[in-house]
Amino acid sequence: MLDSTEGYTTADGRKIGGVVMEMKNITLRFGGVVAIKDISFDILEGEIRAIIGPNGAGKSSMLNVISGFYVPQEGEVWFRGAPRPQMKPFEVARQGIARTFQNIALFEGMSVLDNVMTGRLTHMKSGLLAQSVWRGKAEAEETANREVAERIIDFLEIQAIRKTPVARLPYGLKKRVELARALAAEPKLLLLDEPMAGMNVEEKEDMSRFILDVNDEFGTTIALIEHDMGVVMDLSDRVVVMDYGKKIGDGTPDEVRNNQDVIDAYLGVSHD
Amino acid sequence: MPEQLIFAMEVTLNGLMAGVLYALVALGFVLIYKASGIFNYAQGVMALFAAMTLVGIMDGQVPFSHLINAIFGAHITHFGWHVPALVAIVLTMAVMVFLAWAVQRFVMRHLVNQEPIILFMATIGLAYFLEGFSDLMWGSEIKTLDVGLPQGLNVWIDEKTYNIFGYGFFIDNLDIVATVIAALLVIALVAFSQYTKEGRAMRAVADDHQAALSVGISLNFIWVMVWSVAGFVALVAGIMWGAKSGVQFSLSLIALKALPVLMLGGFTSIPGAIVGGLIIGVGEKLFDFLIGPLVGGATENWFAYVLALIFLVFRPQGLFGEKIIERV
Ligand SMILES: Nc1ncnc2c1ncn2[C@@H]1O[C@H](COP(=O)(O)OP(=O)(O)OP(=O)(O)O)[C@@H](O)[C@H]1O
Ligand SMILES: [Mg+2]
Repeated sequence: MLDSTEGYTTADGRKIGGVVMEMKNITLRFGGVVAIKDISFDILEGEIRAIIGPNGAGKSSMLNVISGFYVPQEGEVWFRGAPRPQMKPFEVARQGIARTFQNIALFEGMSVLDNVMTGRLTHMKSGLLAQSVWRGKAEAEETANREVAERIIDFLEIQAIRKTPVARLPYGLKKRVELARALAAEPKLLLLDEPMAGMNVEEKEDMSRFILDVNDEFGTTIALIEHDMGVVMDLSDRVVVMDYGKKIGDGTPDEVRNNQDVIDAYLGVSHD
Repeated sequence: MPEQLIFAMEVTLNGLMAGVLYALVALGFVLIYKASGIFNYAQGVMALFAAMTLVGIMDGQVPFSHLINAIFGAHITHFGWHVPALVAIVLTMAVMVFLAWAVQRFVMRHLVNQEPIILFMATIGLAYFLEGFSDLMWGSEIKTLDVGLPQGLNVWIDEKTYNIFGYGFFIDNLDIVATVIAALLVIALVAFSQYTKEGRAMRAVADDHQAALSVGISLNFIWVMVWSVAGFVALVAGIMWGAKSGVQFSLSLIALKALPVLMLGGFTSIPGAIVGGLIIGVGEKLFDFLIGPLVGGATENWFAYVLALIFLVFRPQGLFGEKIIERV
């Protein structure tokens, strides 16, 4: 069994640590619609945590709560051992939580490299005066940030399109650029909303490999939403299953796969 | 060389210099429009307000003196000191930053995600409010603004052109200074948006709000910054225009000169604002010179709009604006 506080080592030798993020009794409503109903779960340092569930289950809403885009009516979000006060999305980002969006949110008018560079903004410290008057330090910083961006571009194998305006890229590559921008922030926690949606098999395989490599090489904690069950089972250490805003399962892929409620939800068995 | 051609050259030069100022005013619009999708009707009044504040500070005027005197039955109008132009400009800039913050805090923040037309209406309200507020703060009488910029005929150009063409061009020193300053400002603005992290953040916000938030950019901060930059542009435009024709209500009408520039250059393009400004500046002066006498003169009032309209018919997105493709 998993131990949420001590940490453990996975079968493939990755170190999983203590709790990084904990959702406590989160409830989120939109008018009459209850998108999330009293859900609690945690995310451990270094793990890949999947959130799955049928359409409209509230998965994206949960990711939006974590990243500060939605404010839950009830419940607390704990980050690194302390309750997080209500925060704007940009403040959450500055705490080291990066994300991608289900419907891709890139800067369409900028090149791939510029997009990735915006991911470095939280690491840029020079004041405006230093940047305009005393360029030396600011330039050194820009160069260092540029190097990180280029390294991530290499890592995700998108060197060939680094100068291409994003608007001209096909869907699959856009998803990859969005991942690159999130990675450029060197996040402690990476949130991915359906990173493989709409991709063909080959693209999915690439993306799966990238996600595993990011987690393995940088030790980045990842929470991801995915519909493709095969992918989820391969990638994730633990899975949260949602249905109609409720949590109906939580555990390793194997545990979840054999959970009767989960099987019912996916086979469309009516509730009660 | 035929006389007409020499005159036309002089007119073109003057047109270019007027054009740089139009470009500057238009830039103020483009900046805000790009970053927030707001067409800021109040840009012209901001220039007026900036110029009035500058004069008021330089002359040591007591702000709101009418109000104070009416309430307390006093008769104070001036502190009795004079503030050097440079210091007054810095102080005025601080006032413009405060104005930017106040606009964001009390108006725009409450209108996030509203329709563009609503935002536009809000800026109309802002324009009238600011106009009244300027009068209340500094009084409504016409003022002269003298920040020490050189004025009058440029003798060097006059002599040189006389030697070459046998006719001395009349170029005002103020126009030359204004052109140089406006050009420097335009370069600075472009450098700012391209090479600083704030500029990068500004372009990010202009492109996609959600994505900007996700990389840690505070929309509020960027909007205050953009309104401050627009305030700075308004201040510079206010100084140039004010030095030329006095600080009075008509100064706010320079915004009307920027509108055709925007139609020509596109609302989202910085190069468009520059080229558009130059085309309108030269176009209206040359047209008035060549065609004006045939139609009874005073074509400068409408030429820019007609040119912009003709342009709109053939290229509605402007010179450099992105092509508008409706998805159906
Ligand atoms: N901004 C919003 N305003 C109103 N209702 C919303 C909003 N966002 C989500 N909802 C509602 O909350 C519920 C959960 O939506 P959510 O997008 O979180 O589901 P999901 O699990 O991500 O679905 P999918 O697999 O289709 O992406 C839905 O009923 C949805 O209509
Ligand atoms: Mg979703």
